[in-house]
Amino acid sequence: MSRYIQAIRRIRPGYPFVIPAVVMLGLFYVYPFFKVFQLGFYEWDGISATMQFAGLDQFRDILFQNPSWWRSMWHAAYITILALVFQNGLALVLAILVDRGIRFGQIYRVIFFLPPILSGIVVGLIWNWIFNGNYGLFNHWLNVIGLGHLTRSWLADPKTALTCVAAIHMWKGFGWGFVIMLVGLQNIPRSLYEAARVDGANFWDIFRNITVPLMLPVFVLTMILTVLGTMQIYDIIAATTGGGPGYHTEVPVSRIIARMLYSSQFGYACAMGIVFGAILVMLSMAQARISKMIKNM
Amino acid sequence: MKMMKYTLRDIASGVSSHAVLLLASTCCIFPFLWMFASSLKTQRTIFKSMSLWPGVFNWDNYIVAWTRGGFGVYFLNSVFYTAAVVAGILVVSVPAAYAFSRLKFKGRGALYVAFLAAMMIPIPGAFVALYVLLAKLNLVNTRLGYILPQITIGLPLAIYLLKTFFDEMSQEIEDSAIVDGCSPLGVLCHVALPLAKPAIGVVAIFSALAVWNEYILAMIILQDSAKMPLQRGLMIFQGAHFTEYPLLMAGITLTVIPILVMYMLMQRYVIEGVAASAVKG
Repeated sequence: MSRYIQAIRRIRPGYPFVIPAVVMLGLFYVYPFFKVFQLGFYEWDGISATMQFAGLDQFRDILFQNPSWWRSMWHAAYITILALVFQNGLALVLAILVDRGIRFGQIYRVIFFLPPILSGIVVGLIWNWIFNGNYGLFNHWLNVIGLGHLTRSWLADPKTALTCVAAIHMWKGFGWGFVIMLVGLQNIPRSLYEAARVDGANFWDIFRNITVPLMLPVFVLTMILTVLGTMQIYDIIAATTGGGPGYHTEVPVSRIIARMLYSSQFGYACAMGIVFGAILVMLSMAQARISKMIKNM
Repeated sequence: MKMMKYTLRDIASGVSSHAVLLLASTCCIFPFLWMFASSLKTQRTIFKSMSLWPGVFNWDNYIVAWTRGGFGVYFLNSVFYTAAVVAGILVVSVPAAYAFSRLKFKGRGALYVAFLAAMMIPIPGAFVALYVLLAKLNLVNTRLGYILPQITIGLPLAIYLLKTFFDEMSQEIEDSAIVDGCSPLGVLCHVALPLAKPAIGVVAIFSALAVWNEYILAMIILQDSAKMPLQRGLMIFQGAHFTEYPLLMAGITLTVIPILVMYMLMQRYVIEGVAASAVKG
């Protein structure tokens, strides 16, 4: 009987089922993927019929003669470092609290995941209003609690703009980290905790010797996804600072968009994308490698 | 005596845990309340009153935002794009995922790996090349040009989630349908599809959230404000009327409400879907 079924499967292959998906992936994903690599080697304004072959010139320019590109990279890295430490740290603390079988855990989970389901534009515009220099709620509160001398136009001041953008990004992101960490924690068998407690282990012993080692894969995953997501931050910045004041909150994606839309340097923009993509892939691989080393230690 | 000590400590730790969690919850919810309160104030009261209670509820803001602010057009566009892309993703991904899970054909493994790779490799400059392609196809500044790429972007995750689901599903009923002479398409439509409803729900919600929240492609592909979705419309409105905060906040509230309603109805799917796709992938 089962051989009969297998035979029928072989006679009726699945090509008609996959062809639409394969065609779409080829046209709107694979083709642009290779097109980016081709355009990176040409100077092209996106309109004219001829493209000027530039070889590696554009890559050389990005790597060695474009300080504003590297500054934008540093801005994204700064936000990423803050997110890795504070956003994921908070996510872990909250996840541990809820994992201990606290009441209303489900409700907290629903609330914490509200910011992640909203768009960067919506989140950015709301916080833009809260951080407003003249009429913003944040300055109002500072005045109320007697810290009026600290008030400023938070997103327009070069000293605070980038950190405020990072804070908004982390506000949007910690609930996502929380959900992933909570799933990881809930996969740890309760019997391990009970056995440790019977042996007289306290909270820190359990955390160090059970939770951390078993959560390591989840930590690595969260870190890689945080790096990939945060380095490519754009929407929140578009909705708050627009890259300003000056160039103080420019990030790689906003630089690529600016080259494409405002200076019509399509080839250069693609070369930037390749450099940026390569850096992201290397960062992810480095993190995976480091986690393997820690595991083997 | 010992029992007593433990309960006291439990109460103390419970209270402090709830204090931390409540503080975090307040931080999450407060900006929404502020957004909603601001959307009901008038152009004059918004710069004076810092209260969460608007006093006079100026519901007119929503009517003005919907009509003069253009949010009515943006809203309907967003609804259309979301419906079209989600429908497209399901129509294309369900048969593909079913084939990857159940049917035999040459190149099956390689093709599936291609979809997985598309999900994992970041290509930050891809929208430049995508724009070039759309220009060649005469699809720049068209609705179709905004829909097709988004269907493609949603396919890999949809196929991955659905294939995983089909893999875990028992084949017995499908097999008996095949023996009864049912074609693969018939098996998919009448047997597998009804059973796969939960997975299809997850895919639909995920895709809908992504499309509703999309901004970069809308900015690059669409120039005609009659075709723009909400996210782009919000930025346009903010650029043109940057001091009219009540109307902007009304526009944002209009953007947020459908997401909130959908989330409240299906939050289990949303959260479990995120967790599953992240932890498994």
